[in-house]
Amino acid sequence: MGLKALVGTEVATEIEAQIPQSVISSDATGVLVESRSIAGAMRFLKDNPEFDFNYLNNLTAVDYYEYFEVVYNLTSMKNKQTLQIKTRVCSRENPEIPSVSNLWRGADYQEREVFDLMGIRFSGHPDLRRIALWEGFEGHPQRKDFL
Amino acid sequence: MALKTELVTLNMGPHHPSTHGVFRMRVTLDGEMVREVEPVFGYLHRGLEKLAEGRTYTQIIPFTDRLDYVSSMQCNWGYCLAVEKMAGIEVTERAEYIRVIVSELQRIINHTLAIGFFISDLGAMQTPLLLAWREREKLVDLFEMICGQRLLYNYVRIGGVSHDLPPEFMPALEKFMEEFPFYMSEFEDLLKGNEIVRARTIGTGAISAEKAISYSMSGPCLRAAGVDWDLRRDNPYGIYDRFKFNVATGTNGDNWDRYRVRIEESMQSYSIVQQAMSQIPEGPVMVKVPNLLRLPEGDAYAAIEAPKGEQGFYIVSDGSIAPYRWHVRSPDFINLGALREMTVGSMIADLIATLASIDICLGSVDR
Repeated sequence: MGLKALVGTEVATEIEAQIPQSVISSDATGVLVESRSIAGAMRFLKDNPEFDFNYLNNLTAVDYYEYFEVVYNLTSMKNKQTLQIKTRVCSRENPEIPSVSNLWRGADYQEREVFDLMGIRFSGHPDLRRIALWEGFEGHPQRKDFL
Repeated sequence: MALKTELVTLNMGPHHPSTHGVFRMRVTLDGEMVREVEPVFGYLHRGLEKLAEGRTYTQIIPFTDRLDYVSSMQCNWGYCLAVEKMAGIEVTERAEYIRVIVSELQRIINHTLAIGFFISDLGAMQTPLLLAWREREKLVDLFEMICGQRLLYNYVRIGGVSHDLPPEFMPALEKFMEEFPFYMSEFEDLLKGNEIVRARTIGTGAISAEKAISYSMSGPCLRAAGVDWDLRRDNPYGIYDRFKFNVATGTNGDNWDRYRVRIEESMQSYSIVQQAMSQIPEGPVMVKVPNLLRLPEGDAYAAIEAPKGEQGFYIVSDGSIAPYRWHVRSPDFINLGALREMTVGSMIADLIATLASIDICLGSVDR
């Protein structure tokens, strides 16, 4: 009873078979994917009936000094399973990754929040601007080097 | 002579009696029709996620109170669930039952507030609101008996709950449980068949099931659209798998369905509290947890079915006494993403009703 958290290593082989050289690593809890392949990997996870991840629970980012890690939590309502996918963005001056808001509209506000507080740009986002802080605010407060 | 018309951009809020907090909308109107809605918020952004990086895991619990401040017990529990999942802490039986009882009572509190304000925004002024709040007042008094607070409880802690139920709590709860069904039927008689409520809410603010899933909506908003998804049943946490309850769903995802789903959920919460009251054992309510708790390195995401939807917490730990990253997945922040979809093309009066039916709490939206 309950949702099954998919083992990252098993999912990684499927993603790698679909999109070669996209998976960096995986462990029991999730998969780490290359930032330039994230849009393709997400589309595969959403459309493939074995995975069928139709619901995006959570989209957030963490600042690890050398890189930013963007974390996605997905749920498949039909297959009753969950998965955690991560990707890394290595630039601090100009971090940018593809947006997934065309796959799940719920990513819209969450990506705006990540842009506002962490400064990561999402290419392909329909309306990327600050959401919690006011226009004209300088800086990205959630970063570790802000204050 | 042709009448010259033009679009008017109106600003609603942040100080506004119908926006449920400091919430602002830039609405572009063509007469009474809404052509464009742009929600603007962040007026209550306190930087809680950044503040949490400098505080111990126990010190963060009062922050969770202040997220969704009308359902503090649930936010406390969601956070403690994520921490206990990472630390591998198991809670005592009595504490699990107490958590369920206070969470379901909290759900009734939240829904009476949400329905009260929703009907009030339809124009019924404050009468249904205060009628709903008569029951909320009894529940809030019960919570004051347990933890001394009426709104921000800081009661559910890592490892259990902070205080045991005092001896006068159960008799008072039984008295409330006797009176509640009559109150609910009285409330229903006044409003369910009311022509104005039906005319204003049936068919307005509708969203389809596919769009609701795509917008990552959760809670009553998702269930009213016809999606049968409730984390208490589909991904049970605590001891929810021991209780029998129905999950209320709607069909059209309009304001009327969201109102009905909340009423039905309140009755189901009543039933869960009854079952918990009959099963609750004696025993301790807190396990031994170190004062300066350290979580093992790693990260975890855990979510509960809060009254507003899926309240999730994502914690990253680097092995120290404070989290490296603390993120809150707010249900109403994400539900608001669908506001534009639900209201463009309708009248401005429907916009007010739809915003009220989503049930936002700015503490949770802005953090």
